[in-house]
Amino acid sequence: MTETFYEVMRRQGITRRSFLKFCSLTAASLGLGPTFAPQIAHAMETKPRIPVLWLHGLECTCCSESFIRSAHPLAKDVILSMISLDYDDTIMAAAGQQAEAIIEETIEKYDGNYILACEGNPPLNQEGMSCIIGGRPYLEQLKHAADHCKAIISWGSCASWGCVQAARPNPTQATPIHKVPGLAPKPIIKVPGCPPIAEVMTAVITYILTFERFPELDRQGRPKMFYSQRIHDKCYRRPHFDAGQFVEHFDDEGARKGYCLYKVGCKGPTTYNACSTVRWTGGLSFPIQSGHGCFGCSEDGFWDKGSFYDRLTDIHGFGIEADADKIGGTAAAVVGVAAAAHAGVSAIKRARQKGGEN
Amino acid sequence: MSADVASSHSEEAVYVYQAPVRLWHWANAGSILVLAITGYFIGSPPPAVGGEASASFLFGWIRYLHFAAAYILIIGFVFRVYWAFVGNTHARQIFLPPVWRGSFWKELFHELTWYAMIAKEPLKYSGHNPLATLTMHVMFVWGIVFMICTGLALYGEGAGMGSWQYDLFSSWIIPLFGQSQDVHSWHHLGMWLIVCFAIVHIYAAVREDIMSRQSIMSSMFSGWRTFRDGRPADDGH
Ligand code: HEM
Ligand code: SF4
Ligand code: SF4
Repeated sequence: MTETFYEVMRRQGITRRSFLKFCSLTAASLGLGPTFAPQIAHAMETKPRIPVLWLHGLECTCCSESFIRSAHPLAKDVILSMISLDYDDTIMAAAGQQAEAIIEETIEKYDGNYILACEGNPPLNQEGMSCIIGGRPYLEQLKHAADHCKAIISWGSCASWGCVQAARPNPTQATPIHKVPGLAPKPIIKVPGCPPIAEVMTAVITYILTFERFPELDRQGRPKMFYSQRIHDKCYRRPHFDAGQFVEHFDDEGARKGYCLYKVGCKGPTTYNACSTVRWTGGLSFPIQSGHGCFGCSEDGFWDKGSFYDRLTDIHGFGIEADADKIGGTAAAVVGVAAAAHAGVSAIKRARQKGGEN
Repeated sequence: MSADVASSHSEEAVYVYQAPVRLWHWANAGSILVLAITGYFIGSPPPAVGGEASASFLFGWIRYLHFAAAYILIIGFVFRVYWAFVGNTHARQIFLPPVWRGSFWKELFHELTWYAMIAKEPLKYSGHNPLATLTMHVMFVWGIVFMICTGLALYGEGAGMGSWQYDLFSSWIIPLFGQSQDVHSWHHLGMWLIVCFAIVHIYAAVREDIMSRQSIMSSMFSGWRTFRDGRPADDGH
């Protein structure tokens, strides 16, 4: 039998004390309450380690970068030993033929039992030629791995929505995992963000590995525990929003006073993510705290919504790109002028008829 | 036309707009005015107010007014749909334009020629003319349904998962449009559709009041449609 999570951790030099700390930490970050910590510990002590195959398509590796910087050194160590990461070309030692062989090995050995973690997405155009891994299109590798996996994690906005490589006009037809045609119908969990927050990633993966199921997902397949509220709902600048105190320019008095960034394009009110609660870099800060609006990196198609610094974003599809006020205001002005002109002509007509009468 | 208007002022009258419809009309108009003004400010907030955040609730009030007016609009609209079932035949008109009838389109064409100043005089209606019926159906009825659905979807985001607004509206409308930002943009664009409708609606009402063969504006206060000539109405009422 394969080793349990706990055995692997102990072998890697993690003390029991650290292990238990990690369990309570994870329970807390999952919002599960202290009674769940022993449950997590028990699961890890008894369950065989679930292998994770971490594949990279079109991406920038920011998800991996985020992941290995999980705030708590404990979490980082534990997670890295916990998920076997049998294959992750960014952080594995092997390379070339040897590395690619590991994929096949894992697929065969754990057929139907491993988790497929996808970072990035496959391009579909030119038969997937825009992303070649080990001499073959990534698209093929992805489909093959998906055929034999148990479930799929879509890491980051690339795998979840498409992100920058899928931005208009998307020449390579980069396609998020759940939309790849012909992909085996496996359960998919989306963990969007560019990148997702490290603690969110580790918590999600811990949940899946210990409970052997996905946490509760919303309609779009995101874990509710981290994506059920908007940045805006828990933003510490919210009192300034309600007061009507806005930054107008990045160098004004309001910016110095830490007013709300709504008018300089903050997308907090339309972005589902955990930044305003979990924060970044070990809870040190998050974009809004450092004075820049959220630009909605965890939302579908955030690259295609016009400027990061406008509240009213561009609407495409009329053959023009303009925001709602420009389109609507122009339409209203045209209608208004037309009505006035029509009124003028009507008045002339009436005057003429009246004149005819006399 | 002028000869008729001048000669026969036999003001026969028909009761068209029942009291609940009139009450709804003005409550609805008022809430739309408030919604459009506050909605515009939600998209483009007024200049920042100074002082402590705790001393001011300006944007909070703007949003509060928007939501309060929104609920008046929604409850009014639901009531209006109910009234279409229980009210008189005129109460159904804007919900069910008889597009399956050839005469509807013929008369609509005639109304267009009247607006193009080609026809010498408009047909005479105790209810809405076909052009008005169609405009109200498409721009107003569906426009308001659109605003209510997208508005409740946005509201549900603030109310949070588990609220009825979220479960019934946000949960499917937001993915339908792509993401929350798109719903904001389309809700905002919807405002301009309603503004365009209001301009056309008010202009046409004033113009018809002056130039057509029946009363328009006063009818929405009194409920009675009066006519300026004695010839029969064209919609058979
Ligand atoms: C004629 C009807 C309405 C008009 C003209 C209107 C107009 C607007 C406009 C222009 C915005 C700003 C959108 C943006 O740029 O972000 C807005 C926001 C909003 N509206 Fe409406 N609206 C109407 C009806 C409703 C209804 C029925 C509701 C339902 C509750 C509603 C709820 C909201 C919400 C929740 C927001 C977002 C507020 C925020 O982001 O803080 N609206 N509305
Ligand atoms: S800074 Fe952004 S997220 Fe924070 S309150 Fe203002 S609009 Fe909302
Ligand atoms: S604040 Fe917004 S843009 Fe920044 S990381 Fe969070 S979701 Fe992404």
